[in-house]
This record gives sequence, structure tokens and C-alpha cells, in this order.
Amino acid sequence: MLRKYLDKIKPNFEPGGKLQAFRSVFDGFETFLYTPRSTSASGVHVHDSIDSKRVMIIVVLALMPCLFFGMYNTAYQNFTACGITDYTFWQAMAYGFLAILPRIVVTYAVGLGIEFIVAQWRGEEIQEGFLVTGILVPLICPITTPLWMLAVATAFSVIFVKEVFGGTGFNIFNVALVTRAFLFFAYPASMSGDKAFIASEPICGLGGYVPDGFSGATPLGMIANGSTEFLSQAGSTWQAFLGLIPGSFGETSTLCILIGAALLLLTGIASWRIMLSVFIGGLVMGWIANTFPSDLYPASTMSPIDQLVYGGFAFAAVFMATDPVTAARTGIGKYIYGFLVGVIAILIRVYNNGYPEGAMLAVLLMNALAPLIDYCVVQANINRRMRRARSMD
Amino acid sequence: MHITSKNAFSSKMDKTITLRRGLDLRIEGTVPAESTAKPCSTTEIALVPDDFPGFTPKLAVKEGDNVTAGQALMYDKLHEDVKLVSPIAGKVTHVVRGDRRKIMRVVVTAETTGAPAIKTDADTDNATDVKKAIMHSGLWAYMRQRPYDIVPDTEATPVNIFVTAFDSAPLAPSLTNLVKGKGKYTAAGLKALASLTSGKVYVSLPYGCGLELPAEVERVTVKGPHPAGNAGVQAAAIAPVNKGEIIWTLDIVTATRIGTMLLDGTTDWSTTVAVTGPEVNHPCLITTTIGASLKPLVDGNLKDTDRHLRIISGNVLTGAKESIDGFLRFPYRQITVIAEGDDVDEFMGWASMSPGKMSESRSFPSRLFHNKLFRPDARLNGGRRAMIMSGEYDKVMPMDILPEYLIKAILARDIDRMEALGIYEVAPEDFALCEYVDPSKLELQKIVREGLDYLRKELE
Repeated sequence: MLRKYLDKIKPNFEPGGKLQAFRSVFDGFETFLYTPRSTSASGVHVHDSIDSKRVMIIVVLALMPCLFFGMYNTAYQNFTACGITDYTFWQAMAYGFLAILPRIVVTYAVGLGIEFIVAQWRGEEIQEGFLVTGILVPLICPITTPLWMLAVATAFSVIFVKEVFGGTGFNIFNVALVTRAFLFFAYPASMSGDKAFIASEPICGLGGYVPDGFSGATPLGMIANGSTEFLSQAGSTWQAFLGLIPGSFGETSTLCILIGAALLLLTGIASWRIMLSVFIGGLVMGWIANTFPSDLYPASTMSPIDQLVYGGFAFAAVFMATDPVTAARTGIGKYIYGFLVGVIAILIRVYNNGYPEGAMLAVLLMNALAPLIDYCVVQANINRRMRRARSMD
Repeated sequence: MHITSKNAFSSKMDKTITLRRGLDLRIEGTVPAESTAKPCSTTEIALVPDDFPGFTPKLAVKEGDNVTAGQALMYDKLHEDVKLVSPIAGKVTHVVRGDRRKIMRVVVTAETTGAPAIKTDADTDNATDVKKAIMHSGLWAYMRQRPYDIVPDTEATPVNIFVTAFDSAPLAPSLTNLVKGKGKYTAAGLKALASLTSGKVYVSLPYGCGLELPAEVERVTVKGPHPAGNAGVQAAAIAPVNKGEIIWTLDIVTATRIGTMLLDGTTDWSTTVAVTGPEVNHPCLITTTIGASLKPLVDGNLKDTDRHLRIISGNVLTGAKESIDGFLRFPYRQITVIAEGDDVDEFMGWASMSPGKMSESRSFPSRLFHNKLFRPDARLNGGRRAMIMSGEYDKVMPMDILPEYLIKAILARDIDRMEALGIYEVAPEDFALCEYVDPSKLELQKIVREGLDYLRKELE
């Protein structure tokens, strides 16, 4: 029935139809609903059933545990700050849902809107890349980020980081992370400090106004300011692993991130090489810092395990560093790339008190260096071939 | 002696190459192991010059001409000694032309003309004679040279010749069965080839194969999944092509044909074809003539369905799409019939968890069933995209080649980089599995073919 309806309205979107300006939008929806009938015209006659839609959707699915946990945690932080104790699980989820929904809607509307326009303009099919970016952006931003800032930052990075380079598959930097970095550098007051990470207002009668004097600083924020007492509290690592701590919406719970990681690795969508080596890099750098603790750099007193469970490190390792477009593409390159992401993330976190968290900058820096790593690996292949040719002479 | 796919060296002992990367597609419709070939006479054959890259066809006959078996139908404009000959005696009934009068195919209808098949006399010990005889018989075009994956240059001497004695492609017939009982001819063919190279003739066999080979050639055992049977994989493991070098590749059936031609004077143009695929009722072997029309071969053996069918002359990875009125295409040994798939509406196929979906991705449940056979159709199963995922090609490419980078260099038409990344070592067929697994659905074999043609045009 739906198919018949689509076939009926399709002529409107073909060249010459009255809605031809929306052809790419129609195509996008049509191919989303029905697998295209196009069959192979050259080369192999059968194709693997995997396509980029499935790849992207699996990443979105892998993000769901983080999304749901973020909803609960947002409510939990607000309710705790306001001293509300008698709430049900569903009330908390409702609060979190209402808090995040406008952010998701705004990011998708802005990002997909630009994608649709560009696809129409270029006469191409809609690409699925933004399906993932659109959910990543709300998850890595503080819940208090104003909607207009989200809109501006998303538009900036979709246009200047992705589309000007040619669209999905051609970007040098991770689009979601540039959105976050744009917000971080353009609106630092809204993006850090002890007010940013806790929803401060009631929504639809749920939750309350957070009292003025309440400090909702993230653990890493507190450490950067020199207060490390809570690290020695019993169960603090466990608390951080579960994720009931202030932080960006979806990246507090290492447990949920690991559930997502398990899905990505079981389906083979994300590179285990990168994921593993980011964690190893983080552990190594965390261990080095911890072996030479310094009062100048309070974060150096954290244990290597704590380094992995606090802040955005785990999220960056699982969802950001593994972005296939911006990561290293060669097998060996992936190990090097991942390891350096891990090392640099902890390096920035520990030895630069101005930035309580280094994961975002580490991934962006390595995005820039990934082509260099690949260049060296490719050059090794080329040199092997040249040596072989010379030895024949 | 044991070598993995990455290392290359030579030794005096038998070699074993073990491939770790590659992929065997599990498709329904294989020919039962104990099948014997049924004969099927043909009334019409066609030769398609496009099957012979590097061969610039010029007609040697006109429509209406009578030809005998072994008489040239076309010859190469640039090397007149290289020709495509008619495998049967009869009348040239059609010369089908395409855009800009390009010759698409030459059709010969069988007739008893009474004229004897053309004979070739050659002294098998003399390399020049052997070469002339192969060209004269029309078998020259059945070999390929790397670089460029074209019909070999008649002037150049190959540094090595790689013969494959098995076809590892999906549903492919066993080549050693096809040459069974022709040991004398196989040996003669291989010996003759050995006189044409400055290096060696390597023959690759599947693991556990007892085919006897003459002392003049090197025996190579290849273990592992497809593309284990591709001659190029053998070359990549033993002696990859360096810039300025030339190697030849061919299959054992062609080598045996060369042997028959040299010993008996006449070329054996018969061929055994495996009729395979999920849309075939009874997969079987049929003996017929090269270039035979497909209809008699598949008539009555296709599943009775309302779905559109795709008849492939060859295997699902490298074969040519043909209609039921089409003809058997080079290398003339397999027909695969699958559903076309342009008549199905699959709702949100990308979300499917159906166990019937064929995929190498672990996101499909079918990966859990290791022995399940599939009935794939010809759909792309997605839209064409830029290269997004990384490392997918590497999993099925058992050569020391970086496929993503080579493809990008080809697309950029960057000759230096193509050379540096090893374009001289590859043929389009080496990228068939990459093309199959590609989530971005890029036409990799076409890209490589165009790249090779571009390079040849620029450098020659």
C-alpha cells in the first residue's frame, strides 16, 4: 500500500515534476523505506547485503544505552541537586527525555536540512552520515547548551567540515567533535564550569530549580581545580563506571559505553584495533602520570583505571576515534592512531590544567595526523615494491 | 616449503601457498561431485571481442562467408598474427555492431562445408615455431599478460608463466576433471610453454590434487579460500610483476588445448560447461563448443518462476551478463543463473534480520550458520557511496596490495602513484571480492579495467 502511494507521488519529484526541488528528499525517504531495485550493471553480479544505511543504524543503536542512561542521569543530577528524593524511575526518564528531545530535534533538523539541500544541489543521493552525527552531538554536549548554540555549531561543522570537502566520506575531521569543539571555543562560558553540566530548571512540573550555591562541577573539573578528595572515597570509581556523575549528556556511563562497544565489535562495524589501542594508550599514559604524581598537576594522582572511567575518554575511544572516515585507514596505522589518541587524551587532561578533559582535542589532533600515519604505512608498501624491483636488476 | 600470502620467494621444492584472506561465497546450485558431462550439440556460436582485452578487432570475414573450423574470424589490428578463429565450420550469419561500428560479436551458424579443419604443424622443440603455432591456431588470445591484463604482446618474452589448474570462484567446475585423461596433451602444452619463458612455468593446484605434471614446470599447491585459484594470486606470492616485466597467465584447459594442437595438429574447441546457480533445476555439466548459444544449454533447466532471471556466462564475480539468446563467453566453462531482483520490494531491507541475507558482515544472522547456502539476487543492496568504511577490501585481498589506495590512485589518474602501489601486479578479477564486500557498492573491477587501459594508452 505504502509502495503504491510512493509510486503514485513519485512523478511529482522527477525532473519536470512540480516538486522536483525535493527530489533528493523523496529519494532519501524512498530508499530508506524500500531497498532500491537497482541491480549490478558491471563487475560482480551479487553484492553483500551490508550497506552504509545498516552501518550507520548499527552505530545509532550502539548509542542507545548511552542515550537512555543520559536521560536518567540528567534527571538524577537535577533531582539530587534540588533535594528531591521521592521520584519514580519513569518520572526521571520523562524528565530526561523532555530535556534531550529538543536538542536531538534541533541537531537533526539543522544537519539533515543542510544535507538535503546540498544533495539536491549536487544532484546526489542523500548520504546517511548525519544519522550518526545527529545523535552524537546532543550526547557529547552539556545538557544546558542553549538550542541556538547547538544549531549554529551544527550548521558550522556540517557545512565547513563536511560539505565543503565533498560530503560524507571526504571529511578530515569528525563532524560531531568539531561541533563540540566549536561550542567549547566559541562559547566557553556555557560549555564549562560548575553550572554547565546539570539541568537547572524544572520541565513540565518535573524536577526543580537548582539552588544558586550548588556546585555541579564534573569530577574532572574538580580535579583540575585541585580538589581530589572524592577520588579516595570508597566506591568513587564504581560510581563513575556506572555514570551517576555530572558530565556531558551521554558520556558519563562507562558501562553503557561498553555495551555499545560490544555491539559495535560483535557486528564488526567499528575497528577493534582502534578501540583496543586507545584504551591501551590511555592506560600507559595514565600509568606514567601516576608513577610520577605531581601537586602541580592534580590529575596525575588518578589511577590509570580512573583515567579511563572519568570524563569522555571511554566515549571518545568507542564512538569518536573509531569513525572510519577520519581515523587511520591502514591496518597498522589504526594501532598507532588509536594508541596516540589514548596517550594524548590523558596527556592533555593531566598536564594542561586549562582543559579538564583532553579526549575531544586528542581525537581532533589525531584526525589531522591520521593521513600522515597512513602515508608512512603506504610508503612502506611502496618501498617494499621498489626494493623488490631493484633486487631483480 | 611453506609461504604465506605476503611473502615471496622461490625454491626448488614444491611450493605451498596458504591464503588467509579471501572468501568462499556459499551459493545454492553447485554441480554434484560425481556428475558426468552430457553432450549438447550447438548450431550457433559467437565470439565476443570484448572478452579479449587488448585485442583490437578487425574482421577477417564478411556476413555470408563460409568458414572452416580454425579459420580466422577477426584479427588484431595491431598484431595481425593474433586472431580469433571459428571453432566450428559454417556460415558467418551476423556481425553485430554497436556504437561507432564497434564489433560486438561475430555469429557463425554450423553447416557441414566439407572442408577439413585448419591444421597447424609445428616443431614442439623450437620456441619460435611454438609461438607461431599458438598464434596460428587462435589460442594466443586465450592467454593473458600482466601488466594490463590483456592478450599477450607477441614481441615480449614473459619472465614467468603462471598456469592455474583450478577455479575457486563460486560454483565453478573442477578444471582438473576437465583435463582428465588428457595428460599427454597437458604435458605437451606445459612443456611448450616452458620454452617460451626466460623463467619458469608455475602450475597451481588445489591442496591434495594428484594431477601429474611434467618435470619442466614447478608445482605450486594453494590452500585457502577464493581467489586461491586465480593465477594472479599465485604470481603475487611467488614473483610479483615488477615494472618493465611481463608475465603470462592462463588456465590448464588452455594449456591442454595448446598441447592437443601441437601434437595432433588440430585444436580441440570443445568445452565442458557447468550450469549452476540457485535458479537452475538440475545443476549439471554439459559438453559443447566454445562460444555456444546459451539457449540449448539451459532450456528446460531453469526454475519456473515469475521472477526475472539473470543469466551469467561465467561465475557471479567475474562473469558476463547475457540474455537467454546470448552466447557462452570467455573462459567458456560456466553458466550461473540467479534472480535479477529488480522485481521485488523489500521494506527497510537495511534493517533485515532475515537469515537468508548473504553477507560477510556479522550484523546479519546468516553469519552464524556456517554451512548455509544462499540464493542471492543481482541487487546492489544499497546505494553507491564514497569510500567510508576502511579495511573491508583488505580482508579479501590476499596480495601485498593496498586496494583502497590503489583504487584512489586510479580514480585520480595518477600514473606514478598507480605504479608505486602495484597496478602492474593486478587484474580486475583480483578486485572482484572487494567489490562484493564493499558497503559503498563501488564498481571496482570497472575502475581497475579503466585504470589499466588508461595506463597502457598513456605509456605505450
